[in-house]
Amino acid sequence: MLKIEARGYESRFWRYASPVLALLLTGATSGLIFMAMGRPAGVTVYTFLIAPLLQQDGFEALAVKAAPLIMMGVGLSLAYRANVWNIGTDGQFTLGAICGGGIALAFPDAPAYLLFPAMVIAGTLGGMASGGLVAWLRIRFNANEILTSLMFAYITQYLLVYLVTGPWRDPQGFGFPQTALFSDTALAPRLIEDTNVHIGILLAPMIAIGLWFMLEKSLLGFQFRVLGQAPRAAKFAGFRENRLVWIAMLISGGLAGLAGLLEVSGTLGQLTTTLSPGYGFTAIIVAFLGRLNPLGVIPAGLLLALTYLGGDAAQINLGLPNAVTGIFQGILLFYLLGCDILLLNRFRWVPLKVV
Amino acid sequence: MTALLVAFLVSTIAASTPLLLAATGELIVEKVGVLNLGVEGMMLAGAIAGFATANQTGITSLGVLAAMVAGIALSMLFAVVSLTLQANQTATGLALTIFGRGFSALVGAGYVGIPAPTLPKIHLPVLSDIPVLGPVIFGHDILVYLALAILAAVAWCIRSTHLGLILRAVGDSHDAAHALGYAVIPIRYAAVAFGGALAGLAGAYMSLAYTPLWAQDMTAGRGWVAVALVTFSAWRPFWLLIGAWFFGALMYLSLYVQALGVAVPSALLSAVPYIGTVVVLVLISRDARRIRLHRPAMLGRPFQARV
Repeated sequence: MLKIEARGYESRFWRYASPVLALLLTGATSGLIFMAMGRPAGVTVYTFLIAPLLQQDGFEALAVKAAPLIMMGVGLSLAYRANVWNIGTDGQFTLGAICGGGIALAFPDAPAYLLFPAMVIAGTLGGMASGGLVAWLRIRFNANEILTSLMFAYITQYLLVYLVTGPWRDPQGFGFPQTALFSDTALAPRLIEDTNVHIGILLAPMIAIGLWFMLEKSLLGFQFRVLGQAPRAAKFAGFRENRLVWIAMLISGGLAGLAGLLEVSGTLGQLTTTLSPGYGFTAIIVAFLGRLNPLGVIPAGLLLALTYLGGDAAQINLGLPNAVTGIFQGILLFYLLGCDILLLNRFRWVPLKVV
Repeated sequence: MTALLVAFLVSTIAASTPLLLAATGELIVEKVGVLNLGVEGMMLAGAIAGFATANQTGITSLGVLAAMVAGIALSMLFAVVSLTLQANQTATGLALTIFGRGFSALVGAGYVGIPAPTLPKIHLPVLSDIPVLGPVIFGHDILVYLALAILAAVAWCIRSTHLGLILRAVGDSHDAAHALGYAVIPIRYAAVAFGGALAGLAGAYMSLAYTPLWAQDMTAGRGWVAVALVTFSAWRPFWLLIGAWFFGALMYLSLYVQALGVAVPSALLSAVPYIGTVVVLVLISRDARRIRLHRPAMLGRPFQARV
């Protein structure tokens, strides 16, 4: 039978090969699922992963989708390294969008050089407030951050629905649950004229690189890594755990808030009842696919963004429900986590002994 | 007034049943030292499997059975990755929730807005007709009583049986249990399967009895509330029941107040159960020592036998 055997050291090869193996296995498994649903596997995988890029503005659409995922994934990779399980980034994303969007709606006539920076600050602060509340509840009351952060995601979603269907609803909107369109000065600056390619696409990789330096090259980053891998050692070394929890939640929350603000001011141009197509959970997969390394998060964010575009393409071209994206993402995370056993272990074929 | 009280009690019991089922399953899972955060995903899979089967065959009991099978099947995905392949349990549970949501939405795409046979409410002659007590105690469907019976059985098993002792040993010190000759990993597999079956059952209750129809993400975070309930109860079955009733009442009241047309906007009232979860979690967790005292010591830790 197949036995798992400890290597006694960490395999360098599998450190990079395991996510690749996970991707291949995910592709194969998805193909099998599509076949079971009576669809030709090849065509479906092609529609899902390659066709979206061949469209005229394929790469632009990919970058626009990837930017928020990278920002949120970077924050999460930092938090998860320190064993801080923020899984409610959807809520922080939404609160960022609400705070930033609120500024845009309140001051539509403000000049762009004032309005957009104010929105960025408000959005980031909104996300930080939501994340900070989770940190405070964990530190002060010992409340599990997994549950509180997720509950805040539900609460924030209802707050958004209330605002958009109530006090912030567009009076000229024919009763649709949406706010007025933001004024032109509230829109995120574009990198390319007449496209959706906004400044966030430039910001996301810069943030990733900056946080990579912080995590890998600074004392603070070292403290994060020690806290995650050996909490007792962190205690003996005198690292203040509470301070690290605060920083992890503020950074991951703030980045999610910034991503939310950029999504509404860069792509949507108004607030509606659904702002995030499940970015919160997807960002978790992005963080793991990127090996909890901010630089790895960049390609991981691009790949997961592709699954969103693929889901849309599969819906339009093949009539598959959009939810296929969720299945694909879930399988990918399973394989990513499972394949990591190869880092410290190997499989050996041991013949069964006849007693 | 009496009619209001009856409606309140009956609805509270109904609303608490899915929470109770899922939380009882998760309680056993956590008792053996495993944290499965995939309850929400397993509930959704159970809900659609139960609904689709009942719709296709017209037999609700087959639907209930299919829901349990679906819950077990999904829980085994979690078990293989987190127990055999020793991956981080928190992350693997999240993967299960993500997968379950996608899977249920995909299967359920063709079942939105169509009816299925619902679980009948029992009617006992004489007993069910007693005013107040009749409808509150004797007027529910079979799953309500099953949920209470399972909880009682679980409480008895943990507290006063040999099996309960083994389960607790595995959850409190897997190395000691292993040294005594208990098969830690198979026992954990069995517990996770039990949790999956009950989460599936909770899903079936949602789609066949509580709101007898299928809608995407219809459990609306109840799986997570169930996980919170286990912490809230400090891993004690009796308090699980109290907690489930409390949240059931909260869910009913937030709907009821909306129906009354009170000036508070309905979106904000819908958020009340989630706010309640946070508040209760904070109040309970404040006493860190009590949590540490009751928490299975190996919760979330992977086990690897060293020969």
